[in-house]
Parts: sequence; C-alpha cells; structure tokens
Amino acid sequence: MDMAQYIPVLLTKYNYWVYITLMMIGLWAMIAKNNLVKKIIGMSIFQTAIILFYVSIGAKYGATIPILRHGHNGAHEAIRTVDYINPLPHVLMLTAIVVSVATLGVALALSIRIHRRHRTLEEDDILTQLREP
Amino acid sequence: MIWQIDLAVLVLVVICAIGALAVKDLVGASILFGAYSFLMCILWAVMGAVDVAFTEASVGAGVSTVFFLAAVFRTSRRSKD
Repeated sequence: MDMAQYIPVLLTKYNYWVYITLMMIGLWAMIAKNNLVKKIIGMSIFQTAIILFYVSIGAKYGATIPILRHGHNGAHEAIRTVDYINPLPHVLMLTAIVVSVATLGVALALSIRIHRRHRTLEEDDILTQLREP
Repeated sequence: MIWQIDLAVLVLVVICAIGALAVKDLVGASILFGAYSFLMCILWAVMGAVDVAFTEASVGAGVSTVFFLAAVFRTSRRSKD
C-alpha cells in the first residue's frame, strides 16, 4: 500500500483533527487542573468536542440545510438525499447540549457547596483539609 | 459548508479553549468560555446545523456564561493555575 494516497484523506478531514485536539484539551484540564471551576470548563470543552464530531459526521459539501424545498403539493420530483445535510446527528446533539447545561449546573452547585465548607476551590487545599481531622 | 470560514473558526476555537484554561482570573476564564461557545455556534451554523447552532447560542453562550459568573462571584475569583 502506498502511504501517499492517505495524505489527502487525512488533510481534508481537518474537522476531526480539531475535534481530537479539543477533546484532549478538555481531558487534560479535567485531570491536571487544580481549580474546580477550571475542571468544569474542561468538562464543557470535552462535551462540545463530542458535539463537534457528531455535527461533522452529518456535514456535506454542496448540500443545503435539511428543509424540503417543495411542500406537500409541489413534491412531484424525487428527493435527492445528496442535496440535504443529514439531520439525524443534529437531533441527537440537541439533546446533548441540554444535558451538558444540566451537568454544568449541578457541577457548579456542588462546587459552591464545597467552597462554603472548605473556603477554597483548589483541589490540593481541600485534600489537605480533609487529611487533617 | 464554506471551508475557509470553517478552518478560520476552528483555529479560533482552539485558541479560545486554551485561553480559557490558561487565564488565572476565573471571570476572564468564564468570558473566554462564552466566546468559545459562541464560536462553536458559528461553526455549526456554517456546517448547516442551524437548530444546534441557535440552541448553543442561547444555552451554551448565554446560560452557561451566566452560571459560571454567578458561581465565581459566590466563591473565589482567584485561581492558582
């Protein structure tokens, strides 16, 4: 197999490369950041990266938004699916956005409770407070 | 899909994500995260997902930023990293 024929395929899928980059940025923030709000921002970036991946699956060059041009009466010609963007990933990701704002609200409420108890949002300070009884 | 706009916004999205995680002031991080969400909304409008785009513009860029700002003003604004 020739390696050169894969290079255009890899270069034209730049949406997926950026999606992987954003996902790794979010994962790194969730693991390595010390502040709880920074961790929550990382979680939101991770979620939007997944949504970017799903929307990129449905996108097509030269296609229009998934609304039929002719309604019930004028639809005598056949509908060509190449002309329309795939709407199924969009509908799935609409649910994911609502779920992501719900998880964000719960996470921020928990961090407010943690700050009320420990007077700090830094993870290492909370851990030292928990170790000394 | 117009690939020039797509590529330019993708670069800005990555810059905003890194900036939101690098800034030490948490209010600045919240505002940069709002900018990140709005750029994502532009990206999905370019890709033809208009319903996802306006949901993200209202929920992601609007409500999330307000949540972050409310939480930051109720807790501490400084961050060590």
